[in-house]
Formats: sequence, C-alpha cells, structure tokens
Amino acid sequence: MPTIRIPTPLRSYVDGQSEVALQGSTVADAMESLMLQFPALRSQLTNSQGELRPFVNLFLRENNIRDMQGLATPLEENDQLLLIPSVAGG
Amino acid sequence: MLPDLSRDEILRYSRHLLIPEVGLEGQKKLLASSVLVIGTGGLGSPVALYLAAAGVGRIGLVDFDVVESSNLQRQVLHGTSGVGKLKVESARSRLLDLNPEIQVEIFNEPFTSANAMQIAKDYDVLVDGTDNFPTRYLTNDVCVLLGKPNVYGSIYRFDGQASVFYAKQGPCYRCLFPEPPPPGLVPSCAEGGVLGVLPGTIGTIQATEALKLLLGIGSTLVGRLLLYNALDMTFEFVKLKKNPNCKVCGPNPEVTELIDYDAFCGVPGRDHEEGSAGMEWDITAPELAARIRNGEKIRLIDVREPHERSISSLPGEELIPLGQLASRLHELNSAQEMVLFCKSGVRSSRALELLVSAGFKRVKNLKGGINAWAREVDPSLPIY
Repeated sequence: MPTIRIPTPLRSYVDGQSEVALQGSTVADAMESLMLQFPALRSQLTNSQGELRPFVNLFLRENNIRDMQGLATPLEENDQLLLIPSVAGG
Repeated sequence: MLPDLSRDEILRYSRHLLIPEVGLEGQKKLLASSVLVIGTGGLGSPVALYLAAAGVGRIGLVDFDVVESSNLQRQVLHGTSGVGKLKVESARSRLLDLNPEIQVEIFNEPFTSANAMQIAKDYDVLVDGTDNFPTRYLTNDVCVLLGKPNVYGSIYRFDGQASVFYAKQGPCYRCLFPEPPPPGLVPSCAEGGVLGVLPGTIGTIQATEALKLLLGIGSTLVGRLLLYNALDMTFEFVKLKKNPNCKVCGPNPEVTELIDYDAFCGVPGRDHEEGSAGMEWDITAPELAARIRNGEKIRLIDVREPHERSISSLPGEELIPLGQLASRLHELNSAQEMVLFCKSGVRSSRALELLVSAGFKRVKNLKGGINAWAREVDPSLPIY
C-alpha cells in the first residue's frame, strides 16, 4: 500500500512515526485515510471547508502533485508521498 | 575591466586560482561582488564565514539581536567573548579578522518592509538565514521585486532544506509555499531545538550556491529543493516549478510592493511579548506560586515533550505533550482550574487556544513558561 513520509515537525501528531501506511488509490483518498488515523492532523492540514491548506506540499516521485493532477493524482501500490513542510528555523 | 589582484591576494586566493572554473577572472569577479546575509545566526554564521574567506568583496549583515550563550552551540561566527554584544558587531570583527581585505557593512536593525528595499538594492545576491516566516516571505518578495536571487535555507532538529529562488529563472519561495502554516504548527528552533551542526551543513550549501551564482558556474538549485536529513544521512531532491498563480512572481501578480508580513503570517508584531497568551489568559510565575501556597487546587499541565522533564519540572505536574492534547481532552475536567505550561510559554499559549476553542474556560497560561518559574520563583531550576 502507498505510504506517506511525515516530516519531523509534524511527527508529534502521528505518535512519532516517520512513515505512515495509507489506504486509497488517489492522493485525496490517501490523505483522508491519514487524517482518519490521526484526527489531530486534520485541523492542522485542512481549512474550515475541509480542503488541504496551500502550505501542505505533497510530492510524488520528485514532483509536486500541483504539477500533476492535484488531489486526483492516482497512487500506485508502492508509491511514497512526501509531505514537505514550511520550516522557518535558521 | 576588473581591478588586478595584489601579490598578497594572489597568495591568499591561490587555491581558487588553481581551479579553472574560478581562476584569476573568477576571483576578480568575487572581489567585485556583494552578498547580503539576512540573519547572523545558525545559517548566517557559516554563510558569512565562507563568503568572507572566499573573498566576496562586500558582505552586508542584517541582525538586531545580541549574542547569547545559548547561540554558541551552533552560531560559530560568534564566540564566548562576544556574549552580550551586538551580533552584527561580533560578526564583523570575526569576518575582518578572517579577511581584512573585504568590506563588511552592518545593519543593526530588523529587516522590515520599511527598510528592506533600501538595504537590499545594492547587493548582487541575498542569502536567507532568518528564523521566522514573516522575514522569509519579506526576503522572497524583495528578491522578486528587485530581480535578485534568494539563496534559501531552513532548518529544524535534524532536517534541512535549501534552494535558490530566482524568479527570473525559475520559481520563487511563494511558488512552493503560497501561504505560511498556521502560527504555532511548526515549532521554531527555540522551542523544538536543532542539532548544532545542521545549520553548518545547510549554511555551507547556501554559501556554495551564492558563490556559483556570483561566478556564473555550475548548475544551481534553481528549480530544485534539497531535503537533507542528518539522522538518516539522506539528501533528496524534488523538482520545483513556477506556479502560474503565484501572487508575486506569476503573470498577474497581486503583490507589487512589500506588504505587512506579520499580518500575512498571522503572527503578532514585534512588540508582542513572546510566551504570553494575552493578559486575561496569563498567570505569572509568582502569582501561581502564591496560589499554590494558599492551598488552591490547580492542575498543572505540562505540554512539553517527555524528555524535557529531565531538564526541569514542577511538583505535581501532569504531562500531556501539545501534539497529543487534542486527542486527550477527555482526561481534562472543564470544571477544574488548570494552568498550562511549557519551556517559555509559546506552546502552552497554543495549547490554551486549543482548550478555549474546545469550550474550556478555567484555564491559564504560565507566562514565560517554566523558565520564568526558574527565574522568579525557584532559582534552583535550570533555564534552558
């Protein structure tokens, strides 16, 4: 099944895991399954309409899903999504 | 015609002169070039040191902080003798000791919409070594509006990112991050910590990219984002494209001049007291100590990470890390008075917002966190 890599700043919302297995054949389904598993993530990643916020950058095979088919981008069995956070530290 | 190198300069830069990609002409270019380094902390330290050593002729430094001893674990530009001094002063003396032939210009002020264009306009390249979202968006927009490259780096714990945002050739920072995360979601290094050597790795990558841009050699990180993890020792790259809807570098920009970046990022202005949740929600350390002494029943909820308790803790506290709070609300009783605390009050302010929005009313934030308690109530506790 597809997986998503969780960046360090968000790991406290997923019991410290660095990678989480997902269900679903599109990015939208997979993200929904992530937020069902970890409800605390939902308010962080989505706006009041339940849409993913623009700061949530998802990459698949080196490409931003925005440059593919967005949330409708199909996921294959062994795909790994990368969630790239904005980090401000310097 | 660029000026010739002196005998001393030929000797100083001989290892550059030996590389065909740099050579005498490249070294002359570097000596005639200029870089503005915004922030002289973790990232700015290696950036400024290596650019000075490489003979970048004019280096500008923007920072308004003073050197603190908690900086020295990673900010290698400063030394123990510099604690308490202005960072830009401390940095300038170190850089001029390293290379007295260059010019170091210092700006002891915050980089803001009011001064940024004026400060940045005479530099070839800007390096983003800042530690907060408003200044990162400001730096990006300044670069887009002035047509200059923004050499970007950022760090957290073991993770680093680097890229070159250069709207003339590729995407800008806003193409990747159209808007900032909600305040408090991504902790700062002051709250979450950072491996001291991490900014060394990312900062030297930024310095490398700045030198390549000045020399016009190699393939830069334009259009690529480097993701580095020190714990796994992995370097990964993802492709970045220009966002056609980008509000600052897209074909129909909404942002054509600098804006209020604190408001854009939803963070309080610089005069806001950090570690405060607002007057009506704060309790000071001496106030809390007095109420506990009076025998009042107050639950003390520690929202830090478990390992921080071995540094300092309060008697009778209960640990619920901020990341778990939303899913552990059932452990709290809204009828009972609670005080939330963390290291310095930032995370507990966030926790307080979460509880208040869930309907809790009898809840307060320990202003300034356990560090304030250590300063004002129990000096036997360490400050970290």
